[in-house]
Amino acid sequence: MRAKTAEGLVKIQEKPFSIEEAVTKVKAASKGIGAVVTFLGTARDFSKGSVITGLDFEHYPGMAEKKLKDIRERALKNFDIIEMAIVHRTGRIEIGEDIVLIAAASAHRNDAFMACEWAITELKRTTPIWKRETTKSGEVWVSETP
Amino acid sequence: MITVRFFAMLKGLAKAEVKEYNVSGPIRLEELKGMLKKDLPALAGVLDSRSILVSINQEFAAKDAVIKDGDEVGLLPPFSGG
Repeated sequence: MRAKTAEGLVKIQEKPFSIEEAVTKVKAASKGIGAVVTFLGTARDFSKGSVITGLDFEHYPGMAEKKLKDIRERALKNFDIIEMAIVHRTGRIEIGEDIVLIAAASAHRNDAFMACEWAITELKRTTPIWKRETTKSGEVWVSETP
Repeated sequence: MITVRFFAMLKGLAKAEVKEYNVSGPIRLEELKGMLKKDLPALAGVLDSRSILVSINQEFAAKDAVIKDGDEVGLLPPFSGG
């Protein structure tokens, strides 16, 4: 059975997360799962023509978690998926490190693909999380999500 | 007392993470913005930008929202998570 609450499935944390752990958690929801689609956002070394040497993420504690839980609940309601996990890191993130993970589980792959794509777009649109890029010329808050 | 929280670039402009303001009764969001502009002139140029969202008690607020004593207001620059 799908978890009634987002306990352990929706997290904002400083430390690196385990992709395998998140996938195992969503798979545990049902034996009827036939597909798990994951989106992994990672820290790249360039942005708008500048070399990026590191990232810092800040979030609105409480509200950001609430928005992520809301995304999971709406995904479960609006797509034919069985479970979803969302993990976002905060604080300093080095180039190449993982930033965000979304894992959507469903009986058939198409539903999980659609829910996963929707969830990351919704996360970028509605979740109070901000990225600061470190470049050679200083640190810049990124004001718009590409 | 109303608690105002600043994030990302707004935190830099306000040179503060949190500010508290005493009010005698409920005030409109526009009034609070007026108080902020007076107290923190560096914010004057950006507070009315359509890209700055406002939350009240961690829920998105409308432009005509009313803020009561004890409320927590968040000033939210464009998000860039993910």
